[in-house]
Formats: sequence, structure tokens, C-alpha cells
Amino acid sequence: MNAENIIEFNNVSFAYETNDEQSAVIQVMDGYNLSVPKGQFLAVLGCNGCGKSTVAKLMNGILVPNKGTVTVNGMSTLEDDKIIDIRRTVGMVFQNPDNQIVATIVEDDVAFGPENLGIEPSEIRKRVDNALKAVGMYEFRNREPHKLSGGQKQRVAIAGVIAMNTECIVLDEPTAMLDPRGRQEVMSTIEKLNKELGITVVLITHYMDEAVRADRVVVMDRGTVVLDGTPKQVFKNVEQIKMLGLDVPQATELAYRLRKMGWNLPDDILDENECAEALARLMEVK
Amino acid sequence: MPIISLKGVTHYYNSGTPNATKALDNINIDIAEGELVGIIGHTGSGKSTLVQHLNGILRPDEGSVIVDGTDIWSNKKATREARFKVGLCFQYPEYQLFEETAYKDIAFGPQNMRLSEDEINNRVMKAAEYVGLKRELLEKSPFDLSGGEKRRVAIAGVIAMEPKVLILDEPTAGLDPRGRDKILKMISDYRTSTGSTVLLVSHSMEDVAKLATKVLVMNNSRVEMYGTVDEVYKNGERLTEIGLNIPQVSKIFQLLKDKGIDLGNAYTVDKAVEILSRKQ
Repeated sequence: MNAENIIEFNNVSFAYETNDEQSAVIQVMDGYNLSVPKGQFLAVLGCNGCGKSTVAKLMNGILVPNKGTVTVNGMSTLEDDKIIDIRRTVGMVFQNPDNQIVATIVEDDVAFGPENLGIEPSEIRKRVDNALKAVGMYEFRNREPHKLSGGQKQRVAIAGVIAMNTECIVLDEPTAMLDPRGRQEVMSTIEKLNKELGITVVLITHYMDEAVRADRVVVMDRGTVVLDGTPKQVFKNVEQIKMLGLDVPQATELAYRLRKMGWNLPDDILDENECAEALARLMEVK
Repeated sequence: MPIISLKGVTHYYNSGTPNATKALDNINIDIAEGELVGIIGHTGSGKSTLVQHLNGILRPDEGSVIVDGTDIWSNKKATREARFKVGLCFQYPEYQLFEETAYKDIAFGPQNMRLSEDEINNRVMKAAEYVGLKRELLEKSPFDLSGGEKRRVAIAGVIAMEPKVLILDEPTAGLDPRGRDKILKMISDYRTSTGSTVLLVSHSMEDVAKLATKVLVMNNSRVEMYGTVDEVYKNGERLTEIGLNIPQVSKIFQLLKDKGIDLGNAYTVDKAVEILSRKQ
């Protein structure tokens, strides 16, 4: 294994059984490989059923491979005695904020994880305060979680993960149930944790505007990685991405359609500023 | 005559207690038959409270809700009729499936309307076709279906009641882009072929821009704006202030305007391509 990688999938196969008589076993992936370098912000895209959530759950041993291995800092998720260390290293945040909150006061909720690790109370206090400050929820520490907005609840869930001193956070569609403001809050929090604290982030999402903010984008289809690169490299493949049932950002789509009509625009436009500048240059020339 | 008319509707949560909060504050709107109204606003702005007034799930503390010419709280019969005239499909409706088969789930609403067996069967089949569910899926347990299929079963259950007004609360939440486009196309086709009025509650400014004939913006329990896509979306700054966003193409056109290139407004990629292609 490579010490630069926090998570490695080596030839992973995973299948699950269904209750349905006709198709008893569903093979999600076979011979899957993926490495996540330390400190990376990785976005994983793919349509429903492509295996993204399975990848997320394999990352901290909620699921384990049928064949091959998943290692976290060199520890295999198949080894029972490593599972606690693995979950301390890789924390998960899920889609529905209401299913992840266990306590009736925000700071108790964040303290839940560290308390289970048997950490000293004074250390827990420090970690909870730091985690809540990191996600911008410190002023809300004495509030009742159910009275918070969706974006605030997700930030509390993220704080709960950070309080475990995790090195990596895996988020499975954390903004799917949020409004635009909530989405923005969660995305800024994720970026801050990645840039300022060096936490590795794996973000599973359906939103292309979130994926363009990552260092690297992996696109999955039927259990395999079909595209892998920087957002610019990946979103260039407009046709392939659409064939997979996914989208590209509107700026990319607009530039792509104008290029097809003969406009001389760059093929790697991702955001509105780039697009407006490129268009302005062209139109001033005309 | 508007199909829905709200006159001075005010609603309090925890009414009569010290915790009383105004969830709707003097709402006055008319919705014409056949419109597709996009309802937007941040969480807690009053969108869901508003739509729950339209079929009598919630009763206003002040004001009146008029559906198809009748005040729905004027008598018991009117209230009952409103429940069938206005079909409401909640957010994540797949969690509300409960029958043994998809067929029975879709048939639940029509059964409550006390229709004949033939008519119920007829409606279930028609509704299943509208949402694109294959016949063989109807005999399966809803729990063996995929997420997108479950959602379509739930929507079919509302459509099968043949409501004059169909309200969908975040029908595409959690779906991938292909699943989202399928549902949106289905909603739009349903409206064109039946002439029904559709209300679409959504966080996606892009989806609303593509489909809606009118946009209703809720903010702090009040109607902030109500008008065509153009009338509403041109207020980009105000929309951002109240926690919403404008589509990326609209931002591109705004940036071009700031650079002295005024091309008017575009809220969808199609519209942007159309405007720009005229410039070529």
C-alpha cells in the first residue's frame, strides 16, 4: 500500500442478496479499484444504483467486500479488531439530518461519539467546542437540535464526526434534503474543513455545482469508475456524462452547445465567470 | 374564475399558547386553471404550510380558502370535496407506501372516493401509465421497487384520484438527474394532456424556470413575489437575499450585462442558446 493514500480499494467485489426470488444476488461491483490520497477533496458522481453509496459504506466498514480488500491507513476493514480504529479514522455523514441526531441538546449530540470512545471529560469539552467552532455552530451549542434548520443539523452531524478526530469524512448526499442556503452552508463547511484542517473529504452527490468545487471527480457507472480527473478534465466529456444520465454545470452546457454551433469557446468552462469572460471576448471581437 | 383563491389567509402554529408563531401572514393569491405554478422559498418560509391549506389538511385561523368557487370550510361536504379536488403529494412520498402491492397502493385514494371496482381499475391503469410504471411492477410489493419507481407509485396514487389541482412537494428531491428529468417531463405531460392545474414546490430554481407558467416566492410567512418566471427571476439580488439562488445561466447573462453586453435575460440554457445564436 501507498502511505500517501488514506483509503485504498484493491480489486473489491461486492454483492448483496435481495428478498426478490427472481434475482437473488445483485453484483454491485467486481474488481473495483480506487485510491483516495490524504487531504484530497474527492467528489463521487453517478446515477442511482451505480454503486456510489456502496463505495461510501465500504470506506469505513459498514459494508465489507466479498472479495478484495478496502484498507484505511493500511488497516483492512475485514479485520474485526481494526474496525474501531477505522471508524475513528473515517467518519460518515448521511442524507437525512433527522436520522443522525441522537441527543436533545446540540453539544450533547456532538459529545456522543467521543464519550463512547471513553475519552476524559475535559478533553471531550475541548473537542466538542472546537468541532462546533469549526462548523460555525458554537453559538447554538445549547439549542435543541430539532429546532435547527436542515443545514444547521447537517453541520451538527459533521461536528459529531470531527469531534472523533477523524482524518477523513465521507458524506453521502448530505445536501439532498436541504434548501439552497442550507446547501451553501454545508458546502462551505466541507471546504473549510478540507482546506484549513486538512481533513480528507469524500462527497457523494447528484449536484454538479458541488462536484466542481472538489479537487478530483470520479464518475461511476454500473459499479466501475468511468471518468476520473479534475473537474475540468471530467466535465469536458459532456456527451458521455449525459449518456450516463448525469448533468454538467449550466455554464459547461451552454459553452458546449455554442461550440457545436461553431463558437470558438474553450472546452473546459465550469463556472459563470469563465463563461461570461469567454463570451465577452468573442462578442467584442465581432 | 380562479381554480384556487386565497383571501387574507393567516395561520398560527401553537395558536393560543405563548409559543404561537405566525406561519402564514395574510396571503392573498389567485391561481387560474391550467397554470403550472412553481412555489419557491427557503425552509421555514411557509411553502408547505401554504399547500396544506389548499386541500383542507390545515384550517386557516383567519381568511378563506376557495377552491373551484367554494369556500372549503363552509360546510363538511365542501371540505371533503376539497380533499379530492386537490391532490397533494408530500415530500419523499415513497415512505408513505403501505399496501401489499403497488396496485393496491395506487387504488387506495380512488377506493376512498367510493368509486366502482371497474372505475378504480380503470384509474389505476391510467395513472400507472401516466407515471410510466410497467404493468408487471403493479403486482410487486412497493418495497421491492427502486427509489424512483416507489416515488412514481406514490405520485400515481394521487393522480388516480383525478384531482383538478395536483400539488407536488419536492417531487425530485434525492433523485439523480435522469430520474429528475423523467418526473418533470411526466408532470408537464400530465398537465398538458389533462388541463389540470399543477403546483410544484421546489428548491430547484432551474426546474422551476424550465416548467412554470407562474412563480410564487414565499418569504417569512408572506408572499414575496408572484408572477411569471421573467417577472420573478429578474430580481436576482432580492432572491439571493432571501436564501434563494438564480440559475447559473442567469448569472452569466448578468455578468455580461455588467461588462456592457446587454442581451436581456435568460433563465434556462435553451433560452440562452436561442438568444446567443441570434447574435452570431
